[in-house]
Amino acid sequence: MIAAPDIDLVSLAPVLTLSAFGFAVLIWDLFIGKDKTQLIYISLLGLFLTAVTAFSKSNLPVYSFTNSYVVDNLSVFCVIIFTLSSGLAILLSANYNPEKGIEIGEYYCLILFCTVGMIVLSSAVDLILIFLGIEVVSISLYVLAGIRRDDLKSNEAALKYFLLGAFASGFLLYGMSLIYGFTGTTNLKGIMAAISAMDGKDNSFLVLGCILFIVGFGFKVAAAPFHMWSPDVYQGAPSPITAFMAVGPKAASLVAMFRVFHTGIGGLDGSWEMPLAVVAVASMTLGNLGAIMQTNIKRLLAYSSISHVGYLLMAVIAKNSLASSSLLFYMLTYTFMVFGVFGIIIILGKKGDENLEIEGYCGLSNKYPLLALAMAMFMLSLGGLPPLAGFVAKFYVFSAVLKEGHTILVTIAVLNSVISFYYYLKIIVNMYFKDANQEFQPNFQPLTLLVVIIALVGILDLGIFPGPIISLAENASLF
Amino acid sequence: MFLTFVTFLPLLGAIGIAFLPEKDESLIKLTALGVAITDFLLSLVFYFNFDLTTPNMQFELSAVWIENWGVNFHVGLDGISLLLYIMTTFLTAICIVSVWTVKKRIKEYMMALLVLSTGMLGVFVALDLFMFYVFWELQLVPMYLIIGIWGGARRLYASIKFFLYTAFGSLLMLVAIIWMYQLHAEQTGIYTTDLMTITNNIDIPFGPQKWLFVAFFLAFAIKVPMFPFHTWLPDAHVEAPTAGSVILAGVLLKMGTYGFLRFNLPLFPYACNEFMPYVGWLAVVGIVYGAFVSMVQEDLKKLVAYSSVSHMGFVMLGIFAFNHYGIQGALIQNINHGISTSALFLLVGVIYDRRHTRMIKEFGGITNVMPKYAIIFMIVALSSIGLPGMNGFVGEFLILLGIFQADAFMAGVATTGVIFAACYILWMFQRVMFLKSNSPENAKLKDLDFREYAMLLPLVVLIFWIGLYPKPFMKTFDASVTHLISKVDPSNFKPKTHTEHADSGHAGKTEHKTEHKTEHKKESHSNAH
Repeated sequence: MIAAPDIDLVSLAPVLTLSAFGFAVLIWDLFIGKDKTQLIYISLLGLFLTAVTAFSKSNLPVYSFTNSYVVDNLSVFCVIIFTLSSGLAILLSANYNPEKGIEIGEYYCLILFCTVGMIVLSSAVDLILIFLGIEVVSISLYVLAGIRRDDLKSNEAALKYFLLGAFASGFLLYGMSLIYGFTGTTNLKGIMAAISAMDGKDNSFLVLGCILFIVGFGFKVAAAPFHMWSPDVYQGAPSPITAFMAVGPKAASLVAMFRVFHTGIGGLDGSWEMPLAVVAVASMTLGNLGAIMQTNIKRLLAYSSISHVGYLLMAVIAKNSLASSSLLFYMLTYTFMVFGVFGIIIILGKKGDENLEIEGYCGLSNKYPLLALAMAMFMLSLGGLPPLAGFVAKFYVFSAVLKEGHTILVTIAVLNSVISFYYYLKIIVNMYFKDANQEFQPNFQPLTLLVVIIALVGILDLGIFPGPIISLAENASLF
Repeated sequence: MFLTFVTFLPLLGAIGIAFLPEKDESLIKLTALGVAITDFLLSLVFYFNFDLTTPNMQFELSAVWIENWGVNFHVGLDGISLLLYIMTTFLTAICIVSVWTVKKRIKEYMMALLVLSTGMLGVFVALDLFMFYVFWELQLVPMYLIIGIWGGARRLYASIKFFLYTAFGSLLMLVAIIWMYQLHAEQTGIYTTDLMTITNNIDIPFGPQKWLFVAFFLAFAIKVPMFPFHTWLPDAHVEAPTAGSVILAGVLLKMGTYGFLRFNLPLFPYACNEFMPYVGWLAVVGIVYGAFVSMVQEDLKKLVAYSSVSHMGFVMLGIFAFNHYGIQGALIQNINHGISTSALFLLVGVIYDRRHTRMIKEFGGITNVMPKYAIIFMIVALSSIGLPGMNGFVGEFLILLGIFQADAFMAGVATTGVIFAACYILWMFQRVMFLKSNSPENAKLKDLDFREYAMLLPLVVLIFWIGLYPKPFMKTFDASVTHLISKVDPSNFKPKTHTEHADSGHAGKTEHKTEHKTEHKKESHSNAH
C-alpha cells in the first residue's frame, strides 16, 4: 500500500512562486504585442520573490513528501545561485533578443521553468525526484538552445543537445534502476541504510549503478569524456542562454551528485571515488588542452567550463565539512565570472555579426580601456589569480580536497591551472598587446552593462572580502 | 598602520592617475614621480626607527581578513626585509624617471609601475601565507603588461613565458601552503595562515618536509632564477623595456631569495640541510654557466641578463652556507645586485635610446663622444665585477667566506665566477667603449642629459657608499641573521620532531613544547563545540 504523501506547501513555496510567475509570463504574453519588455520585469520580479521566500525559511532542514524533498541551508544557498544566474541571463537577454529577432514570450517562461527544475533538483533526496528535476531542466534547455529557429547553428545545437541528453537520461535511469533493484528503495537515506545493512554481500551491480550514475551526470554537467556536445551547443545557443547553461544547471546537477554520493551511496566506500577522480582529472586536462586551440570565444569558454567542472568534481569527491561549501562558493563566483564575460561578449557583438572570434578583441584596450580592463579581470579571475574571486574559490576547493589527503589530485589541478592561464592570457594579449584590425561597434545597453558591473563587483567583493559569503556557505554545509 | 599606508600608497597613486586627463602627460608624470618619491622618503622612516637589537617583526599590524579561515592581514618588517623594502621604493622612483621620455601610453605605464610597486612591497611585508601569495601573484600582472605592451619585437613570447614560468612555480607553492595550513590545523586545532604562528607551532615530519621544501624551492628558484630554471629570464630581460628590466633585476629576482630566507629556512630546516649540497652545486653551476654564456652574448641586454644568473647564484650560495657570513653576504649582495644591475640596464637603455640597437658590434669608440657616460659605465661595470672599494666586493667576499666555511671545494669553484665576471664585463666594455667603430652614427651621439644623471647618480653614490662604508646597511640585518641561523642549525630542530632521539641537553625544552601543544588542542576543541 502506498501512503498518501504529506503535502508540505511551505517547503514548496519557492517552487510554487516561480511556477506561478512562469505561467503568468505565458498568459501575459498573449496580451502584449511584439515588445516583450514587460515579460522581463515580471520574470525578474518572480525570481526576486522566489529568492526572498527561499531565504526567509527557518528551522531547517525540513523533510517533506515522505522524505523525498528537503529544504536545508544547502538548497537555500542554491536557490540564491539559481535565481541570481537566471536573473542575470534575463537581463542579458533584454537587449540581445530584440536585436537577434528572438521575440518569443516562451523564452522567459522557459528560463523560469528551468529554474524551477534546478530548485527541485537541488532539494531532491529521492532518485525519482532527482530524475524529475533533471528532466525539467534539460527539456527547457533543449528548447532554449534551439530558440532561434531560423539559425542553422542554433538548430544543430538543440538537436545535438537533445539526442545526447536523452542518451544521458537513459544511462541515469538505468543506474537508478540498478540501485533501486539492489536496495529496494529510491530514497537516498533508505539507500544509505540498505547499503550499510548489507555488509559483505556482493555489490557489483550497485557499483555498476554508481558508474552509470557518473556517466549520466557526467553528460549533464559536461564532464570529460562526456563533454563532446558542449562546445557545439555553447556556440550555437544564444549567448545569454550559453551563460545560463554554464552555471545554473551545472550547479544543480553537481549538488544533486553531491547528495547522491554523500548521503545515498556514500557508504559504498572507494567504488565511486576513483572513477569520479578519473572523470575530474580528464575534465580538467581535456578541457584545458581543448581550450588552447580555440579561436571562437564561446567555444573557448565551453572548454574552460569543462575544466572548471573538473575542479568542481574534486569538491564532490572530498568528504569533509569544507567540500559542499567550497562547491557552493565556487559556483557562485563562477556565476559572476561567466556572466561578466558573456556580458562583454554581447556588448561587443555587432549587427548581424556576433564578433565571436578571439581576433576580434585585438586592440580593445586602446579604444575602450575600461571594457578591456573588465574583460582582463574576468579572465584572470577564471584563471584563479588573486585577489579576484576565482582564486579564493580555488583555494577553497583545494583546501577541501587536500584536507582529504588527495595531494596528487590537487597537484594535477594546479598544473592544469597553469595551462589554463595560457588561453586566458591569449585574450589579454589580443586586447592589450596587439593593434586593432577592425572597427569596434560596442553596444552599451544599460541592462547589459548592469550585468557586467554586478559581475565585476561580485568578483572583487568575493575576492577581497569573501568572509560573509564563506560564512553562508559554511552554514550550508551538508556535514 | 603606517607600514600599510606606505605599502598601498603607490596603488592609491595609480588609482588617482586613472582619473587624470590622458592628454596632460606632464601632470601624469609629475604625479607619478611625486607619489614614488614620497613613498621612498616615507619608507626611510622605517630605517631610522628600526630597532637593531631584535630579530622580531617591527611596525607590525595584524587584522582579521577572512575570519572563517583564520586569514589575517598581517604586515611587518624585520632585518631581512627592511632594506629590500626601501630598495623597492627607491628603484620605483628611479624607474619612473627612466620612462620619462616614453611616448606610448604613458598613463598606463605609470599606473602599471605604481601597481607593481605595491605588489612588490606587499610581498616583502606580508606575514601571512595567504596574503603573501596574493601579493606574489599580484605583481605578476603589471610586470606581464609592462613586458607585453612596451617591450621589444618578441614581447608576446617573452611575456607569456615569464607569466607561465612564475605561475607554474607559485601554484605548486600554493599546494604546499594549503598542505601546511591543514597540517597546522590538525596539529593544533587552529586554522590559521599566519606565518609567525605556523613557523612557531607547526611540526612538519621529515618526509613531507622534503616535498614542501621542493614546492617552495621551485617557486623561488624560478624567480631567482637558479640554473636550470633561468630560461625565462634572458627572454624577459631582452624584450622588456628599460624600466621593466630594472624592476625585474632590481626587485623581482630578490623576491626569490627573500622567499628562501623567509620561508624555506625557518619552515623546513631539516630539508634545507638535506638539500644543501644540491642547491649549493646548482648555484655554483649557475655562477659558472651564467658567466660563460654572458661572455659570448652579442646583445648587451642579454649579456647583463646572463650575468644576473651568475650573480644571483652567489646570493643563493650565501644563503645555503647557513652561517653568519654567508647569509649576511647574501643579503647585502641582494642589494648590490639590485643597484649594479639596475644601473647597467639603465645604461644600456640610455645608449639604446640613442642608437636603437643593443648589438655590441654596432658600437665602439663611445668614450670619445660620450666621455661622462663612459665613466659612469666604468664605475658600474667595476662594481658588478666586485672591485674592492665598491659594493660588489663586500657582498661577494662575505659570501665566499661563508661558503668556504661550509664547503671549501664549492667555494673554490664559485670563486672562478668572479674571474669570469671580470672577463666578460671588461671585454664588453672594451668593445663598446674603446675599439674603433665601423658605424658613422656613433660619432654624433650626445652625452648624458640632466634626467639621465638624475637616475644614474644616486646609484653611483650607493655603489661607493656600500663599498667603502657598508655598516649602515649591514647593521640592519645582524639580529635577524643570527636568529635565522639558529633556526636552521641541526642541533636545534632535530629534537623537536623526534623526541626519542633527543639528547639530554634538549629534552627539557622539548617536553615543554609538547605540553604547550596539547593545551592548544584542548582549547580549540572546547571552542569548536
